Amino acid sequence: MNPEFLLTAIIFAPSVGALILALLFDSKNAEAMRLFAFATTAVTFGLTLVLWLGEFQSDAPGMQLEVVREWIPRWNVYYRLGVDGISMPLVLLTSLISMLSMGASWSIKKHIKGYMVLFLLLETGMMGVFLALDFFLFYVFWEVMLLPMYFLIGVWGGPRKEYAAIKFFLYTLAGSVLMLVAMLMFYFNTSVQADGFNLIKLAEAATTGSLLSPSLQITAFIMLFIGFAIKLPAFPVHTWLPDAHVEAPTPISMILAGVLLKMGGYGIIRIAFPLCPYGAQYLAYAMVAIGVISIIYGAFAALAQTDFKRLVAYSSVSHMGYVLLGLAVWKINEKTGETMNSEYWQMGLNGAMFQMIAHGISSAGMFFMVGVIYDRVHHRDLNKFGGLMGKMPLYGGLSAGLFFAGLGLPGLCGFIGEVFVVLSTWSFNPALAIVAASGVILTAGYILWAMQRVYLGAEYKGPHPEDLTPMNMRETAIAGTLLTLAVILGVVPAIMFNVMTPSISRMAKAAEAGYQQSAAQLNQDEMQAQR
Amino acid sequence: MLFPQLLDKLISETTSLSLPGFSVELCLSATIVAMLMMRLVNLDRFVPTSVTAVLGAFAALVFTWLQFRQIGAADAIVSQKIFTGLLIHDTFTVFFRAFLSLFLLLTIALTSLTGIPDNEDGPDFYSLLFGATIGLMIMASANSLLMLFVGVEMASVPSYAMVGFLKGRKPSSEAALKFVVYGAGAAGVMLYGISLIAGVLGTVDMSLLAARLGEAAAGGTGGLSDPELRAVSLGILLVMVGLAFKLSLVPFHFWCPDAFEGASAEVAGFLSVASKAGAFGLLVRLALALSGAPGTESLMIAFGVGIGFIACVTTTFGNLAAYSQTNLKRLLAYSTIAHAGYMVMAVSALLVMSNSVQAAAMQIDINRTVEGLLYYLFVYLFMNLGAFAVVAIARNHTFSEEVDSFKGLVGQSPTLCIVMLICMFSLVGMPPFGGFVGKLMIFASAFKAGDIHWFMYVVVAFGALNTVFSLVYYIRVLKTMFMDERPADARPVPVHLGSLESIYVVALAAFVLLLGLLPQFLSATAGAAAQSLAKF
Repeated sequence: MNPEFLLTAIIFAPSVGALILALLFDSKNAEAMRLFAFATTAVTFGLTLVLWLGEFQSDAPGMQLEVVREWIPRWNVYYRLGVDGISMPLVLLTSLISMLSMGASWSIKKHIKGYMVLFLLLETGMMGVFLALDFFLFYVFWEVMLLPMYFLIGVWGGPRKEYAAIKFFLYTLAGSVLMLVAMLMFYFNTSVQADGFNLIKLAEAATTGSLLSPSLQITAFIMLFIGFAIKLPAFPVHTWLPDAHVEAPTPISMILAGVLLKMGGYGIIRIAFPLCPYGAQYLAYAMVAIGVISIIYGAFAALAQTDFKRLVAYSSVSHMGYVLLGLAVWKINEKTGETMNSEYWQMGLNGAMFQMIAHGISSAGMFFMVGVIYDRVHHRDLNKFGGLMGKMPLYGGLSAGLFFAGLGLPGLCGFIGEVFVVLSTWSFNPALAIVAASGVILTAGYILWAMQRVYLGAEYKGPHPEDLTPMNMRETAIAGTLLTLAVILGVVPAIMFNVMTPSISRMAKAAEAGYQQSAAQLNQDEMQAQR
Repeated sequence: MLFPQLLDKLISETTSLSLPGFSVELCLSATIVAMLMMRLVNLDRFVPTSVTAVLGAFAALVFTWLQFRQIGAADAIVSQKIFTGLLIHDTFTVFFRAFLSLFLLLTIALTSLTGIPDNEDGPDFYSLLFGATIGLMIMASANSLLMLFVGVEMASVPSYAMVGFLKGRKPSSEAALKFVVYGAGAAGVMLYGISLIAGVLGTVDMSLLAARLGEAAAGGTGGLSDPELRAVSLGILLVMVGLAFKLSLVPFHFWCPDAFEGASAEVAGFLSVASKAGAFGLLVRLALALSGAPGTESLMIAFGVGIGFIACVTTTFGNLAAYSQTNLKRLLAYSTIAHAGYMVMAVSALLVMSNSVQAAAMQIDINRTVEGLLYYLFVYLFMNLGAFAVVAIARNHTFSEEVDSFKGLVGQSPTLCIVMLICMFSLVGMPPFGGFVGKLMIFASAFKAGDIHWFMYVVVAFGALNTVFSLVYYIRVLKTMFMDERPADARPVPVHLGSLESIYVVALAAFVLLLGLLPQFLSATAGAAAQSLAKF
């Protein structure tokens, strides 16, 4: 298939679906709209599969299937798309989670048309973020996502939906405004103005140290990092997440945890690291510290929750801490500027990427399982559950699998990412590695304790016991798909590693070279100053 | 030269250059006369005045288009002084004529949809509207300090009357009175400033100001210790006060919320867009006329930084004050103040850049700054008029302009709500709407000006921060419309998708979206307008 058409179709197929849905469907015919919206997401998923299996070459490290069209030539803005090993897995994850959460959207009962339209627009935004190679375009898609998300939480959410929605919006907007300023910094500092928004060319310039001076790199990196850390979310800017997750309807929680959080990590690895390698390395310790704090803090916070969904939300903070940790374990020999144990850093990067995919699957699964039980008994109080394993054995079994995946049990997807990250952290700083590893124990603690309170026990004593009906076909299919993937990725992680590794090594090498150039520049300046 | 020869030359210049260059304004004047004459002979019973007005505004638009074509066909950049140098006819002028005629047309369309004014008052109202528009056009094309004053007054006086047009309503009269008193004060201050500038520099011709300023500065220190420069600086400051009043910049903004609340939404929309646009045209001309005089660079950069400071204060104040508003027009008034602040950032960047030593090398960035300002104005036209139009249309059903009267409106007229959503998100500056492109252009210029003076980085930081601030109150309105339940006793607002009102607002929203997705065409036109002001 023509790559230009394929990539464009992946981004805009959901929008086209949304348009058809908005104009042609009768808003009383709920089932038809649901099926049509589901079909749209399924087609998008199919297109991404075609992209992965048919067009994408796993062993090529560089950018593939690049598409360039003029958009605003006066401002050097291009419609520039492409995939590499870093974005490919996330594109797949996005289309998969979108399809599954659209499947979970049968539980939405009011204003179905509006919901479906916004949902599909959201998918366009997400796809665009992962496929855009022009900073301007990236920014546009990044912001386009906010609008539907605000309404999806604000209209279809729980009791404190309005508060949660505005909090989510404000946090992300604050971050993206910082990103905007950083974008201007890059634009005005490129030697070739025509490439001012071209992420590939900007990264190449950064490799030779000619993009930004070391001090400017630190400034730009901090701005980008805050923007992405809010999305990730990392301590201390994570506070929007528990509110947004708890108030959002189940399918939207799945999207939030499964895809939106990944954008933070993706932004760091696609934009912040390649464009400001010196800044990234300069702040590596700070980032590692933030990552470790997020892991431990998130786990302790999860331990303290009595709301089932809030527990899963805090587990996301903890798990995404591993992503940040894996990205940041970049250790340098201060004298020569060379990277020490480069293969460990690459291992950390791989682990972080894998953790993003694994968390996308396990946390979407956990949120879905919470949603299933909430749809039946309309509460989420951990202390009022118990005995669900007896009443709904299939549900209990699938839940146990997904929660174990989140816990990081060997053989399931969560294990691989965590272990890679913790191993590479050891080479960075053994003490921090021990702290990070102890997070695994806390994770086991809150997950096992939650499972004990919800699924085990003699009998269910909470409200609405009569509504505890077994899962229907649709629900079983969604949970089953997620669990199957969790197992497959846990047993054969190479499916993803094969795709990711070449591009990640390339990125790491480029960043190392960029750092060395900038550090050499800095040394020269100092020598001149001494003279 | 003998007197008859002089007379001949004047006549031939007037008929061959000045009058064709002034055709748009003449067309609007003729429409005023036609509207008043038609009432005299009772013709307005048969042909509603709004129809005459629409025809007049449309004819003006056609004349502008002809001027555009003529200027586009010329080989060199057109910059013609007309009426013996009182006005200037260039692409910039024509751009503003197009802007104002288009806006006039849209405002007339809105007023005839919402029924303010009724047919009896039509000729009065439309005469005022046309008169103000002519004044604004003169402001944007002024090449003489005298015309600057004439333009400002010609635009202001009809505005006072329009604010008080709802004669029976007490708040309306109060607002008009407040507006008049403030306006008169500002006009007096401005006139004094003009007399200082003209007195020291010996000319009112704006194209000579920079050269005369350079002569005045020659041999001196170039700073405020030079008495001549001190007097001129005071004069510039006072003229700026007058313009700041028109732009409702802090601390000269007090009239704005009251006037907007008292006036009808249609008039408020006119004031917030057109009168800002005219004032910006004038401000850009004045800033460039004063720039580039040798010896005064640091003084002018200081002026630019000062304007940047005012811009920061204005945006922040406007956004924060909008938080607690319960009346939607008042909220939009504060939003107008904040947006004037964003746009003034461009003027500040313009002054800083065109007075730097690298001004010649930065010409392209200077052009970009003006281009960004013009683009922002155009987007602002659609998004702000869209917001005011929704308020006006809903008011005709609910008889209220309170935010609460919009509760749960999405259930009854989703079109109005979605248009409001697009306009408000564009006002916040979110892609893919036009407001984002405009804002980005202005921030980029201010960022570039940071190369010259560090304070411009602070300006960018304030602009970025304010984008976040502004989200809160815009989204509160949207929350009310989309998420609250409509109270059972609320008056219904049945505006269907096919109705004329819906088509009107949807067209405005479509332009907001279009300007965000395809900025190329308009930014090229705005760029050409900016190019015609270029000095190097």
